[in-house]
Amino acid sequence: MANRVVAIIIIAGLALILLPLINEARFHSETPELASTYIDQTATHLGAANVVTGVVVTFRGLDTLGEVTVLFAATAGVGFVVTRRRKRNEHAVAEGPDVDMNAGIESPAAATGQGPSEILMTASRFLTPILFLFGTYIFVHGHLTPGGGFQGGVVIATAVVFSIMGSTGKQLRHGVMGTIESLSGIIYVALGVVGLVLAAGFLDPTFLPLGEFGSILSAGAIPLIYSVIGLKVGMELAGVVDRLRSQEGQ
Amino acid sequence: MSTAAVAVLGLIIVAAALVALLSKSLVTAILSAGAVSLVASILYLFLAAPDVAMTEAAVGSALTTLVFLFALSRLRERGNKADAEGGENG
Amino acid sequence: MELIPVIGSALIIVGAWGMLTQRNMLKMVIGFSIIDTGVHLMIVSIGYVIGGEAPILDSDVSSASRFVDPVPSALVLTAIVIGLAVTALMLAYVVRLARTKGTLEISEYKELKW
Repeated sequence: MANRVVAIIIIAGLALILLPLINEARFHSETPELASTYIDQTATHLGAANVVTGVVVTFRGLDTLGEVTVLFAATAGVGFVVTRRRKRNEHAVAEGPDVDMNAGIESPAAATGQGPSEILMTASRFLTPILFLFGTYIFVHGHLTPGGGFQGGVVIATAVVFSIMGSTGKQLRHGVMGTIESLSGIIYVALGVVGLVLAAGFLDPTFLPLGEFGSILSAGAIPLIYSVIGLKVGMELAGVVDRLRSQEGQ
Repeated sequence: MSTAAVAVLGLIIVAAALVALLSKSLVTAILSAGAVSLVASILYLFLAAPDVAMTEAAVGSALTTLVFLFALSRLRERGNKADAEGGENG
Repeated sequence: MELIPVIGSALIIVGAWGMLTQRNMLKMVIGFSIIDTGVHLMIVSIGYVIGGEAPILDSDVSSASRFVDPVPSALVLTAIVIGLAVTALMLAYVVRLARTKGTLEISEYKELKW
């Protein structure tokens, strides 16, 4: 019973903290000053149409670098905790209660005799190229329409996992994905240093010409930076989701 | 921002969150959590933030549900006896 | 009293209650994910300007129209993706823990209790 009492006290305390926040929350009636400065500067200084992209890549670029690092740390943590597939049989001998596994069977679908269903296989063959195209479109056009590197990366991770789910016996090559991810990270920091050398500061994308407002090759190096971020996030999330996948069938 | 629409969506989201935490079947709980994300993405559109709405729809209802279901299948494949019954309030 | 911060706070309270009272470890992770969604809703609702539009500029920029604050959107954008990575990390730990004792009930894990 003590558990329930403590839980009720904690929830009451949380509600007490949130109550003044709700009472005094008012929406703004005019755009705040910092926001209007960012919006004007995105139009003139950066040439990008999507203000949120300008804020994420340039004005708050260091925050984005930190967040990409946190994502990398979480991915490394998952890879460390979850055991790998091929070495599972040796781990099973060392640990305690566990079911007997199909020792020595290589292909996961052949283990239980069921693979993905016919619908899943056909749908995945049809939809995977479209999903890849859509993800690439989203992060290449990040400075023109709502979207950008993070959204495009998530769609690409979904496409990769979907293509694996719809096929029998194929595994993801974690080595290739790890190489792409590391290369993208290095290119991202290198672009930031180029901005430091050639333009006003770290991660300043104006060292490439600004171009015409509203076309793809505009806004300096923002498409380049966002594409690299999109690739990195996509490969990381695909690796994370795939590691949690079960071994036998679906 | 029409208040009636936001109020209805708010009721749906809190009901889905309660179903996600109280239901006995784990698959129902996971799908309800995906529904919470989906309704939150509609609320972001009411707040005029299309980037955030897109991210929440792609991450919350697709990848999070996928990750939960993969973990559940990994738990069930080893003959785990405590997968379908969870505990309820202690 | 605006409605969307109330919805966000309700989600935070429901998620926290779920994390504290549920015994199944998977439900605790679901509760954490709900808390995350509630917090993000509250942060984005701070940046809303009444009658404002989404911060996408057209080819003719009219500075007379009001725009919504873009900074909270930019913060929440990355926070959502990081929330997914942290949820995946928690699930990896749950799967690993359940392998040692074969149960998902949290009261079976007593090694750290004094």
